[in-house]
Amino acid sequence: MSTTQVVEGIDGTLTAQKGSPPRNVIYEWLTTVDHKKIGIMYIAYALIFLLVAGVEAMVMRIQLAVPNNHFVSPQVFNQLFTMHGTTMVFFVGMPILFGFGNYLVPLMIGARDMAFPRLNAFSFWVSAFAGLMLYFSYVGASGLYAAGSAPDVGWFAYAPLTAKVFSPGHSTDYWTLAVFLSGIGSIGTALNIVTTIICMRCKGMKMYRMPLLVWLYLVMASLVFVTVSPLTAAQVMLTFDRYLGSHFFDTQAGGSAVLWMHFFWIFGHPEVYVLVLPAFAFVNEIIPVFSRKAIFGYPAMVAASVGIGFISLSVWAHHMFTVGLGAAANTFFVFATMVISVPTGIKIFNWLATIWGGKVIFATPMIFCIGFLFQFLVAGLTGIMLAAAPFDWQLGNSYFVVAHFHYVLVGAILFALFAAFYYWYPKITGRMMSETLGKWHFWIFMIGFHLTFDFMHIPGLLGMPRRIYTYEANRGWGEWNLIVSIGAVVQAIGLLIFVYNMVHSYFRGKVAGHDPWDAWTLEWATSSPPPDYNFAILPTVKSRRPLWDLKHPEDPDSDYE
Amino acid sequence: MMRDADAIAIDETLDPSETPWTLPYRGTVGMACLIVAESAIFIIFVVAYIFYIGKSLTGPTPAQVLELPIFGTVCLLSSSITVHYAVAALRKGKLRACTVWLAGTVLLGSLFLASTAREWYHLIHDEGLTIQTNLFGTTYYSLVGLHATHVVVGLIMLALVLGFSLFGLVREEHAEKLETLSLYWHFVDAVWVVVFTVVYVLGR
Repeated sequence: MSTTQVVEGIDGTLTAQKGSPPRNVIYEWLTTVDHKKIGIMYIAYALIFLLVAGVEAMVMRIQLAVPNNHFVSPQVFNQLFTMHGTTMVFFVGMPILFGFGNYLVPLMIGARDMAFPRLNAFSFWVSAFAGLMLYFSYVGASGLYAAGSAPDVGWFAYAPLTAKVFSPGHSTDYWTLAVFLSGIGSIGTALNIVTTIICMRCKGMKMYRMPLLVWLYLVMASLVFVTVSPLTAAQVMLTFDRYLGSHFFDTQAGGSAVLWMHFFWIFGHPEVYVLVLPAFAFVNEIIPVFSRKAIFGYPAMVAASVGIGFISLSVWAHHMFTVGLGAAANTFFVFATMVISVPTGIKIFNWLATIWGGKVIFATPMIFCIGFLFQFLVAGLTGIMLAAAPFDWQLGNSYFVVAHFHYVLVGAILFALFAAFYYWYPKITGRMMSETLGKWHFWIFMIGFHLTFDFMHIPGLLGMPRRIYTYEANRGWGEWNLIVSIGAVVQAIGLLIFVYNMVHSYFRGKVAGHDPWDAWTLEWATSSPPPDYNFAILPTVKSRRPLWDLKHPEDPDSDYE
Repeated sequence: MMRDADAIAIDETLDPSETPWTLPYRGTVGMACLIVAESAIFIIFVVAYIFYIGKSLTGPTPAQVLELPIFGTVCLLSSSITVHYAVAALRKGKLRACTVWLAGTVLLGSLFLASTAREWYHLIHDEGLTIQTNLFGTTYYSLVGLHATHVVVGLIMLALVLGFSLFGLVREEHAEKLETLSLYWHFVDAVWVVVFTVVYVLGR
C-alpha cells in the first residue's frame, strides 16, 4: 500500500502546479520531451490531416459520382489524388501509428520514457513541419500569384513525370522535400522505439514476456529502417536530378524510369506492412481482453510477425507486373506475394482461436476488431487475386486495385485504429468514450465502408482505370460510382460521430479509473492519465500478463509459462 | 485533475531465481539502428551505381579518368585503428593517450577528405567530368559525395570530442559514449571499403 501513498503524494504536488496560465501550457507542450505528450501530439496532428485528406477524398467522390462531371478541373483532380495519397500515407498513417507506439510502448514495458526523449521530440517536430510544408505548396509552389499548384504527380511520382521538363515550378519539390523530411522523422522515431524496447524494459520483462503489441512495434520499427531509408535515398536522387542536372531517372541521357519504380516500391510495399503491423498490434491486445482469454499461440504470433517482416521485403515488384519484368522475375514475385499470406493466415486463425470459447464482451473496441477481422480477410483474398500476374495484367491500375488497397487501409487499419481509440482513450484522457455513440459510429461507418469499397471493385472489373477525372456516360460505370460516392458520405457521417464522441467524452465522459476494461498489461497498472513519470516504483513482471498475476495471486500465469 | 490516485501497487520485490537484470547500453543499440538505416541508404546508391556501370551515352568513362585513391584509403582505414585505441585508452583512464589517438583520428580523416577533394578537383577541372556530364558522373559524385558527407559529419563529432578532451572534459565514464561514436566511424570506414570496391575496382 505504500506505493499508492507515494503515487498520491507526488501526484498531489503535480496537480497543484496544474493551475498555470494558458501561455505556460502551450510552452509546456511545445517543449515537452515526455513520450505521452509527444504521442498525443502525433495522434492529434494525424487526425487533423485525416480530416484534410478525407475532405480531398470527398471532393474526388463528388467529381466521380456522375459521368461528365465538371465539379473540379482535371488539374485540380490530379492534385487531389496526389495530396490525398501522400497525406494519408505519410501524414496520417505513419504519425498516428507512431503516436500510439510512443504512448503505449514505454508504458507496456514498464519504462518511464523512451530511450531518447529529445530525439523523440525532434522526430515529431520534423514530421509535423514536413506535413505543413506539403500543404504550403498550395500557396508557395509557384509564388503567391499562382495559388493552387500543389504536387500533381501521383503519390508514387513515377519518372519521367517528375523531371523538370514535365513538372515545372516547385510543386514536385515540395512533395520531395516533405516526403524526405517525414522520412527523417520516421527513422528517428523508429530508432527510438527499437532502442526503447531493447534497453528500457522493466525487471523481468524478458523478450518472450513482452506484450504482442510491443513485439509488433519492434518488427514495424525495424522494417522502417530498411523501407523508409531507400525512399529517402531515392528522394535525394530526384532532387539531384531536378536541381543539379544529374541523370538518375532521365531517360534522355540513358537513365532508367523503371529504376525509380523499383526504388519507390522497395519502400512502397513494406510500407503497407509498416502500417498494418501496428493494426495487428492493437487487435492483439484488444481481442484477448474482450474474450477474457489469454492470446492463443503467443510464440506463433511472434514468429508470424517476424516472418511477415522478412517476407514483405521481397514482394515489391508485384506493383510492377505490367512493366514487363520477364517470366522469371514475375514468377518469383508472384510466389513471394502468395507466401506472405501464410503468416498472415496464422494470425487470423490465432485471433479466431482466442475468441473461440471466450466470454466475449461486445464493447465498441471489440466490435471494431471483429469488423477488422472480416474485412482484413476479404482484403487479403483480393490481394491473392492481384498477386497472380496474369490477373494483375488485366486489372493493374484499375479501380479494382484502388478498392483492394483501400480495403486494407480503411477496412483493416482504420477499423483497428478506431478500436484502439475506444480502448485506450480512457487511459489517455481518464474518461470513457460513449458506448452508444461508439456503436452508432461503428454501424454507420461499417455500412458506408461496404457501400464504398465493396462496390468500387465492380467498375474496376468493368475496366475503369484509376486517376481519371471523369468518364463518359455509356461505359456502365455511372451507377456503381454513384453508390461508391454515397457510401463516402455515409462514412463521413460516421467519422463525424466519432469526432463528436471524442470531444464530448473528454468533458462529459464517465470517469474511467485506472483499469476500466479489467485488462492485463502494465499501462493499466498506473493511473489514467498516467503521471509524468508513469510508475512511481518501476514494476517487476513474472509473466506475459502482470496484472492478471496481481489480481489472481492464487493462480498466476507465471506458473504456466 | 482526473488522475486516479488509486493506482495498483506493483510488486517491486525481485524474484531471487531471476538472473540480475542488465540490458544493453542504449547508445550502442541506437547507433546500431542508425547504421542499419544508413546502410539501406548506401545500398540504394550502390545499386544505382552498379546498375549504370557502362550505360553512359557519352564519355569520359571511369577507366579513362579514375585512379586508385591508395593514399586516402590507407588514411581512412588506419583512422579506424586509431579511434579504437582512443576508446581503449579512455576505458583504462589514460586521458592523455586518448587525446593523442583522437587527434590522430581527426588528422587521418582530414587527410582522406583532402585526397577526395584533390581527386574531385582533378576530375572537374582537368577532365571536365561533373554530375551533369553523364551517368558515370551522376552516380560517381552522388555515391562518393554521400560517403564524404558522412566523413564530414563524423569528423565534426570527433573534432568536438577532441576539443572537449583538450579542455580536460572527457573522463573515463564517457568511454561508452566515445565507443558509440567510434561505431559510427567504423561504419563510415566499412562503407568506404564497399565504395572502393564498387567504384574503383568493379566499375573500372
